Amino acid sequence: MATQKTLAATGNVLVAEAMRQCAPDVMAAYPITPQTTIVEEFAKFVAQGRVHTEYVTVESEHSAMSACVGASAAGARVMTATSSQGLALMWEELHIASGMRLPIVMANANRALSAPINIHCDHSDVMGARDTGWIILFAETAQEAYDNTIMSVRIAEHPDVLLPVMTTLDGFITTHSIDRAQVMDDETVAAFVGDYHPDLALLDDTKPPVSHGNFAGLGGPYFEFKKAQRNAIDRSAAVIKSVGEEWSAICERPFGVIEGWGMEDAELAIVAIGSTAGNARHVARELRAQGVRVGVLKVRVFRPFPFAEIADALGGCKAVAVLDRSESFGAEGGPLFLEVRSALYDRAERPAIVDYIYGLGGADVKLELMRRVFSDLSDIADGAEVPGRLVYLGAR
Amino acid sequence: MASIKELSRREDKLAGGHRLCAGCGASIAVRQVLLGAGDDYQIVAGCATGCLEVSTTIYPYSSWKVPFIHNAFENSAATISGVEAAFKGLKAAGKIPGDKKMKFVAFGGDGGTYDIGLQSLSGAMERGHDMVYVCYDNGAYMNTGIQRSSATPKGAWATTAEVGKAQQGKTQKRKDLTSIIAAHNIPYVAQGSISEWKDLAAKAEKAFAVDGPAFLNVFAPCPRGWRIPYNQSVSIASLAVKTGYWPLFEVVDGEWAMTTKRVTRENRLPIEDFLKPQGRFKHLFRPGNEALLVEIQADVDRNLDYVMKRAGL
Repeated sequence: MATQKTLAATGNVLVAEAMRQCAPDVMAAYPITPQTTIVEEFAKFVAQGRVHTEYVTVESEHSAMSACVGASAAGARVMTATSSQGLALMWEELHIASGMRLPIVMANANRALSAPINIHCDHSDVMGARDTGWIILFAETAQEAYDNTIMSVRIAEHPDVLLPVMTTLDGFITTHSIDRAQVMDDETVAAFVGDYHPDLALLDDTKPPVSHGNFAGLGGPYFEFKKAQRNAIDRSAAVIKSVGEEWSAICERPFGVIEGWGMEDAELAIVAIGSTAGNARHVARELRAQGVRVGVLKVRVFRPFPFAEIADALGGCKAVAVLDRSESFGAEGGPLFLEVRSALYDRAERPAIVDYIYGLGGADVKLELMRRVFSDLSDIADGAEVPGRLVYLGAR
Repeated sequence: MASIKELSRREDKLAGGHRLCAGCGASIAVRQVLLGAGDDYQIVAGCATGCLEVSTTIYPYSSWKVPFIHNAFENSAATISGVEAAFKGLKAAGKIPGDKKMKFVAFGGDGGTYDIGLQSLSGAMERGHDMVYVCYDNGAYMNTGIQRSSATPKGAWATTAEVGKAQQGKTQKRKDLTSIIAAHNIPYVAQGSISEWKDLAAKAEKAFAVDGPAFLNVFAPCPRGWRIPYNQSVSIASLAVKTGYWPLFEVVDGEWAMTTKRVTRENRLPIEDFLKPQGRFKHLFRPGNEALLVEIQADVDRNLDYVMKRAGL
């Protein structure tokens, strides 16, 4: 019988709690703000003897992911957590983890990248990793960070997938703010995630010895391996949905790959990821009360990107604003905008669409800014010209 | 210590038919070390990106008769530390029997060990994983085309330490990696050479037998990079030992000792004997470079003095 208890805790504490409940065999991690309280919390579990996990306190994030790759290939369930510069330092290993098809689960505390140095929230770090072959989930709340972590294990280890999963939460906003959340009992989580049974483990001596990480150049099948990887992340879309439905049936919280508010009849919509979805929804409620047909579309799964779902959700809108908390310097817009606009390309009816870059380096996401975005959209729907290029929202 | 007869009866863990060059010191180093390790435990091996890796793991083939993992260039140590951690974690989970014995070994060339992999190696040694790290030192980045590394000897030609009017090969001294690892106070550190198979096999046996981290730095010539005939690898390695360029020693729980065929300041051969047969040093014997040769000899003697002093000689 699944029982949940309500806690007041930070996002990081809840992520650490989810990791403990998923019982990794190996955790290899390096501290970085604002991820630190995840690894500190986990270190307490180790000291208290509450986990069987071999905790490898590596000397860098590069070694963290390197050790995760070794441990995962060895046949262990493996987890780690990082942020910002740490994720950037892992970049090489992110590709290797996905290319070797290793189901590692990593939490990322979304934080700006240097320079200038800054420790606060934006999505530059994770968006820099968007093409590394990882499945990428965004949490809006501490609750969702907890749930995403648990679901990540099932998604990553699914035989149709076998890819690493990055489960992200917004630095400080979600990692460090105390939020109300429901935590499932240990037995239910253990039964839900199950045991990991790898097929080609280094430490499995019941089969002939296996070599991992072989050379596939000089006319070898590198290209075909990449095609197989593409097929796997495509297949993960269905797995993410079914795992979400299964967890939803247990914990009674919904987990769509996108989550719409007021989208059934919205004329004006904001598309956002992470904690900002809540700010947008707050303002949308105010405007709905005034009779304005507004909606908010939150994207929970960024890789694989839910193209069809997003196109369906936005198809009926007159004007759409995409909120990007990261840059793609020199591109037509931020990473989310590029995907959303691409999702709409095949549709006969396309709404006007504007990209707003906001909140870089933790710049405040005030409700006033959300009001301004809806006001801009309203003007566009009434015939005002669509800005020719991205708008820096709230920059001084 | 296994006799050559016993060693010859052990199964080679690196199969022949790989694509390394004839006379490559790396494969000799790997085979001697793994033969020396013995058959008392199952072994899992890892290797840094480099000649050894690209030549032994061409998909769908593998020369490795033990479970093997290649990850990237700078992280052979971190990767194997992860494998070792998995072994412990899976034991704790009850998925591997508690009394099962396995040993973990990471290989890397000097580029992947002295330079780009130094941090990863230092971290793994400090954390105390039950693993052996083996550096096959051929003194340059051979896989990418003989570029200088911090293990390249002073005066050696390399494609990024060229010889010309303004420069006579590498201008800097090599790094003493073995001492750096000895400073980690791990249970076992040793320097060996492929020319001294008995010494090296014995060191490998000790390295695998300790509970905790061990490090072997193995002198492993590269005929292609050193501009020597492919059948001279072992004899050149032997000259490195006899000239005192590559002292053979071990550090057991902090105690330094010179090992077999002790070379001292009194009986060492002149460094020219090691340099002369190698094309990478031929410019050193041109008129005008006499002072450089004196300098190189002084460096070798200073290092030999240092090792002898550490060994209490």
